[in-house]
Amino acid sequence: MRSLNDPFGKCAADTGLTVIRRQSDDIVIALAGNPNVGKSTVFNELTGLNQHTGNWPGKTVSNAQGRCEHNGRGHILVDIPGCYSLMAHSAEEEVARNYLCFGEPDVVIVVCDATCLERNLNLVLQAMEISERIVVCINLMDEAKRKGISINVKLLSQRLGVPIVTSTARSGKGLSSLLDTADELLVSEPHNNVSELVRYLSPVEDAISVLIPALESLPIRRLQPRWLALRLLDRDSTLLSSLCSYLGFDILSAPQVKEAFQRASDILKNSGISDNLSDICVAGLVQAAERCCLNVVHKSPNSDLRDKKFDKFLTSRITGIPVMLALLAAILWITIIGANYPSDLLSDLLFGLQEKIRSLLLAIGLFPWLVSLLTDGVYRVLAWVISVMLPPMAIFFPLFTLLEDFGYLPRVAFNLDKYFKACSACGKQALTMCMGFGCNAVGVVGCRIIDSPRERLIAILTNNFVPCNGRFPTLIAILSMFFLGSSVGLLRSILSAVLLTSIIVLGIVLTLAVSRLLSKTILKGLPSSFTLELPPYRCPQFGKVLIRSMLDRTLFVLGRAAVVAAPAGMLIWLMANTYIGGATLLEHFSGFLDPFGRFLGMDGVILLAFILGFPANEIVVPIMLMCYLSTSSLTSMSDLSALKVLLLENGWTWITAGSTILFSLLHWPCSTTCLTIYRETKSAKWTLLAFILPLCVGIIVCALFANISRLFY
Amino acid sequence: MKQITALNNLEEGQYANVVSLSSCGTIRRRLQDLGLIVGTRVECVQRSPLGDPTAYRIRGAVIALRCEDASKVFVEI
Repeated sequence: MRSLNDPFGKCAADTGLTVIRRQSDDIVIALAGNPNVGKSTVFNELTGLNQHTGNWPGKTVSNAQGRCEHNGRGHILVDIPGCYSLMAHSAEEEVARNYLCFGEPDVVIVVCDATCLERNLNLVLQAMEISERIVVCINLMDEAKRKGISINVKLLSQRLGVPIVTSTARSGKGLSSLLDTADELLVSEPHNNVSELVRYLSPVEDAISVLIPALESLPIRRLQPRWLALRLLDRDSTLLSSLCSYLGFDILSAPQVKEAFQRASDILKNSGISDNLSDICVAGLVQAAERCCLNVVHKSPNSDLRDKKFDKFLTSRITGIPVMLALLAAILWITIIGANYPSDLLSDLLFGLQEKIRSLLLAIGLFPWLVSLLTDGVYRVLAWVISVMLPPMAIFFPLFTLLEDFGYLPRVAFNLDKYFKACSACGKQALTMCMGFGCNAVGVVGCRIIDSPRERLIAILTNNFVPCNGRFPTLIAILSMFFLGSSVGLLRSILSAVLLTSIIVLGIVLTLAVSRLLSKTILKGLPSSFTLELPPYRCPQFGKVLIRSMLDRTLFVLGRAAVVAAPAGMLIWLMANTYIGGATLLEHFSGFLDPFGRFLGMDGVILLAFILGFPANEIVVPIMLMCYLSTSSLTSMSDLSALKVLLLENGWTWITAGSTILFSLLHWPCSTTCLTIYRETKSAKWTLLAFILPLCVGIIVCALFANISRLFY
Repeated sequence: MKQITALNNLEEGQYANVVSLSSCGTIRRRLQDLGLIVGTRVECVQRSPLGDPTAYRIRGAVIALRCEDASKVFVEI
């Protein structure tokens, strides 16, 4: 029985997760499974929440929980990080194992990939050793069907002695019967067949049977004696400390256990088993999984043909890397042409409204200075963020999500790994960089998929070298104003996409160079071993992904515009209208920064905009324009094409534009990213380095670019 | 005639059975968790564009391994 005084006291501290029951009869269900089997999709479909999903292993990096009502009862679902094993070889496996052992969930649902069932059963069997009430959910049935894989669910369920539900979580199929099954299981006698299924070598079985009676005499709460005996004999050190704090006593120093443990260890020693016990355990599980699948899974011989064809094209020696670059350029091209129309439309609409709002506010009797603050300050910056920045962001992001859903991102890591190895870094860093395209903060969190702490730190420190979604519009806008000459139409947009791609490639090259520098200096080390799973390609759900992530992105940008851009607009207006000694505060600041800005090929205003844009990259250009406008003869900016005139009027040349583009790629991470880096590294020192590193590179690159270009210009 | 070689020597499309695993530490356990134990049948699926890493099919899943890691897995062709 669960103790009511301490439902989750100590155990919660272990897993870093307290489950909050809204009602005392809420059922707690843990969702476990291999990485990338659709646990988060099951979780989202059941709870209506919006955990990030995508076709690559390692998206869920910490426990998440949500609640739903089913059959009149509350169900709390806990989404555990995906893991291949519960032997706690890595951080996420430890989180998963600790939650299953000490979180005392009422039912554990193990989600499996129907296309790769045998491997998944390994985890099912381990979960069955820990917890008796297990439901197996065989997900991705649609994929299995498409691949010609059939599964005899009844036979498998009989063999395992646990209920099995098949599902296609993406379309919600099978999920309500999943909860029904969990509810039924709760009232039945806990039982499964694992101890008959997984038999280890006879000396191991003998040793376990010596230890089990001793363990059974102790208050070990919900833990299974057989599993506990195995883990104790295996001397699982990570478990021992958590176990101690969970039970409140050191199990190995209990007299009866001490004696039995000694006898059991002797049995193993006399049979020559010592360090290889974990090998024996794994082999026992893998072989049991193999036996369970015998005559259960039927594959058509061509089941992998489609994936192989895609891989031949997307990762082969000749086409792999060119196709990757072409895909990137294509996405950028769609973003550029797609953003044009909504951008023009929005700017016409929003800037057309500006004067109407002004007269309205004046008419209701507000002070003229307040009206100016609200319209020329707050409203104008908001209008720019929405018209110039939002459309590219809301288009690029969904397109990228499609690639993610398709399963392409791990292939990027596969294609580029050799470069990362040459820099003593991990290939999975490429995956975190891909996430960085969406948002650097997300990329930094994603670095948790890298097991080696040294390589993870390298990935965190260099993530900012890929331009995030908030920087794309800046790059696109400046590129199209200054570097496309007189080309028009299709050619213009293609050229612009190609230029943008080369800027990103520059970012990737710099990422590699800085990673190499780090691993030769302060983060010295050799590349570590890793395995990279290449998941089967899945047909993305075009409609759902496009609409959902476009809406998500739009709401996100609008929200941030309200929180960050509006105050920034106000600040700029105040700075532009506060006079000290004959000049505005803005002029003082930008004048102060001007010499350094000019040295880098820019000017004081641009630098100031980058500094004030620290909270969010998408407000840099709007701030810049605000500053120029406040000192310019132009007072109204209703047309986007007038932007270039404004910039030229303020002394911009192609060198200014080039330097601004480079500096946008290479400057400090935004405040959200800095905070995330601090949370992930728990170190002010590394956060500071993550801030300074791209800045130094930016200063060097911009100074070189500007001063060399001036020689020739 | 059976021949023992390291996993990284397999050609694309070639199948082999694992005979021993000499890697140690985390990677050994990870490979075992993926089902790569003595007796497991492995297919070399494809090399990456730069020749390393290589993708292998292990118990239905495609796993990429670097040359260094694959060289510590011995297989029988």
